Amino acid sequence: MTARPRRVMSRVLLNVAALVVIVSSLFPVYWMVNTSLLPASAVRSTTPHWWPDEFTLSNYQEALTDDSLLNALFNSVAVTGLTLVVTLVFAFLGAIAVSRFRFRSRTSFIVAILVIQMIPAEAMIVSVFRVLDGWYLLNTIIGLSFVYIATVLPFTIWTLRGFVNGVPADLEEAAMIDGCSRTGAFWRITFPLLAPGLIATGVFAFIQAWNEFVFALVIMTRPDSLTLPIWLRAFVQATKATDWALVMAASTIMAIPVIVFFLFVQHRMTSGLVAGAVKG
Amino acid sequence: MTTVPAEASAPPAPPPTSRPDPEKPKRRRFPWAPLALLTPALIMLAVFIGWPLVQLVIMSFQKFGRAQIFGAPPEFIGIDNYVAVLTDPEFWAVLGRSVALCVVSVVATMLLGVAIAVMMTKLGAVMRTAVSVSLLLAWAMPALTATIVWGWIFDTQYGLVNWVLTQVTGQNWVGHSWLIDPASFYAVAAIIITWGAIPFVAFSTYAALSQVPDEVLEAASLDGAGGFARFRLIVFPYLRSILLVLLVLQIIWDLRVFAQIYALQSIGGVRAETNTIGVYIYSVSMASGDLGAGGAISVVLVVILLAISGYWIRTMLKEES
Repeated sequence: MTARPRRVMSRVLLNVAALVVIVSSLFPVYWMVNTSLLPASAVRSTTPHWWPDEFTLSNYQEALTDDSLLNALFNSVAVTGLTLVVTLVFAFLGAIAVSRFRFRSRTSFIVAILVIQMIPAEAMIVSVFRVLDGWYLLNTIIGLSFVYIATVLPFTIWTLRGFVNGVPADLEEAAMIDGCSRTGAFWRITFPLLAPGLIATGVFAFIQAWNEFVFALVIMTRPDSLTLPIWLRAFVQATKATDWALVMAASTIMAIPVIVFFLFVQHRMTSGLVAGAVKG
Repeated sequence: MTTVPAEASAPPAPPPTSRPDPEKPKRRRFPWAPLALLTPALIMLAVFIGWPLVQLVIMSFQKFGRAQIFGAPPEFIGIDNYVAVLTDPEFWAVLGRSVALCVVSVVATMLLGVAIAVMMTKLGAVMRTAVSVSLLLAWAMPALTATIVWGWIFDTQYGLVNWVLTQVTGQNWVGHSWLIDPASFYAVAAIIITWGAIPFVAFSTYAALSQVPDEVLEAASLDGAGGFARFRLIVFPYLRSILLVLLVLQIIWDLRVFAQIYALQSIGGVRAETNTIGVYIYSVSMASGDLGAGGAISVVLVVILLAISGYWIRTMLKEES
C-alpha cells in the first residue's frame, strides 16, 4: 500500500463497500440461525423479527425428536465416517506411491486423476445407479460410501502428494544413516510431518461426504436410508415450505459441523491452487 | 485405524529388499512397491468410477428403459439415443438455459470476486479480517442449506425480500412468488450460486495479489504509473494465469449445478421450465426411467466439460513438470 495521503472520501467509500460485503456474506447465515431460534408464530408474522426476541429452542427439540431426521442424521454420520477413514488410509498410501517413487506410468496416473476430477457426478448417476443396483448396494451405507470414496480419492491423493513432496527425502535418509530402518524412518520422521496434510484432506473428505447431494438422491431412495441433505430437501417439499422455523433448525444442524471443520482448513483450500497457478 | 479390514491387505511399507536410494529415478525392477501402495485406490476408482463410465458409454448405445431395469435384456440400437436427444428441442432449451445461467453466474462471480480481492488489499487490518471471516462463513455454508435459506428469504408470504420491497415501494409485494416465473427463478438461482462461489474467487485472487512484489509496484509508481496503469501493466500479468484457472473451474462448476436448482424447484418453481442439464439428466433417467437417453445426455455433458477443462488440466500438468 502506498503511503501517500488518500482522499478521505475514497477511504469512506472503501469501508462502506467492505461493510456491504460483510453484511451480504453474513446475513443468510445469521438469518438461518435467527429463524431457527424463533417460535413458528413469530416466523409467520407480517413484520420480520430481526433478532431472536422470542427466543426458543423448541424447533431444535422438535427436530431432534423427529425419528426420520434422527435416522437421516445417523445415515449421514455413518456414511461420512466410513468415507473419511477409508479415504484417508487409501489416499495416504496412494500419495506415498505417487510422490516417493518414480515409475513409468506416473504421469498418466496424474492425468487420470485430473480427468476423473472433471467428470461430473451428474453424468455418472445413471450408470452408478445401475452398477450399484446390480450388486445389491442401492440404499446401503456401504454402497454410498464406496461411491464417495472413489470420487474423493483423486483430489485427496493429489493434495496429500503435495504434503509428501514437502517433506524432503533427505530427512528420511539421514534417519536411515543413523540406523533407522526404511519403515522406521518413515513412521518416525515423515509421518508426523504429514499430520497437517492428513487433517486437511480428512476435512475435505468429511465435507464432501456430508454435503453430497446428487449420488445420495439417486442411491438412497428408501425413506429409512435418506441422508441429511436428501431428508432436508424432501422435508421442505413435504411441508410445502411452510414450517420455516423447523426447516431452519434442521438446516443449522446440517450446516454447523461443516462450518466448524471448514474453518480448520480453509487456508489449504486456496494456497495450493494459487501457489501453482501464479508460478506457471 | 484398525477398524478398516481392507487396510490389512495393503502393507504400508515397501519390501525391505529395495535398499538403494529411493530418489534414484533409474530402477530397472518392476515397481512393485508403489503399485502395491496404489492398489486400494486403483481398485476403488476402477470399480466405482471406471466401470460405471464404461457402462455409461455402453448404455448410451442401448435401448434401456423401464423394461430393462426389471430384467429384460437391453438391445443395442446404435446412435439412436444420441439422435433422439440431439433432435429433441427440449434438450437444446435445457442446454441453452444452463449456459445462460452459467454465463451470468460466472461473470458476476468473477467480477465481484476480483473486486472484493482488490478491495481487501486496500483495507485496514481490522476491516480486512472482518471481511475474510464473513466470506469464510459464506463459503463454508453447504450449497443445499444456502439454497434453502435463500428460498426462505425470497419466500412468497413471509419472506424478507417481499417485506423490504413493500416497505420501500409502498406497494404490496406480500404474496409475490419469485420462483413461479422461470426468469425470476433463474435470477434467484444466480444469486444463490454467485453468493456461494464468490469467496473462493475472492480468496484465491487475494492470495495471488499478495504475491505481487511491492518493490515492482513502488518502482512503477516512482516512474509515474497511476493506479489503473499499475493494475493493468503489473498486477494483471501476475493474476492472469490464476484468473484463467478460476474461470475454467467456475464455468465447470456452474454448468453442472444441481443441488441448488433441484432444491429450489422443491421450494417452488415449475420443474419442466427450470431444468438445467444436471437436473434434466436426473429427470430423464430416474423420473422417466429412460436410462439410455439419460446416458446419451451424460456422455454429451462429459465431453463438453472435458473440452472446457482441457486448459485446466494442461496448467496443472505444466506445474507438475
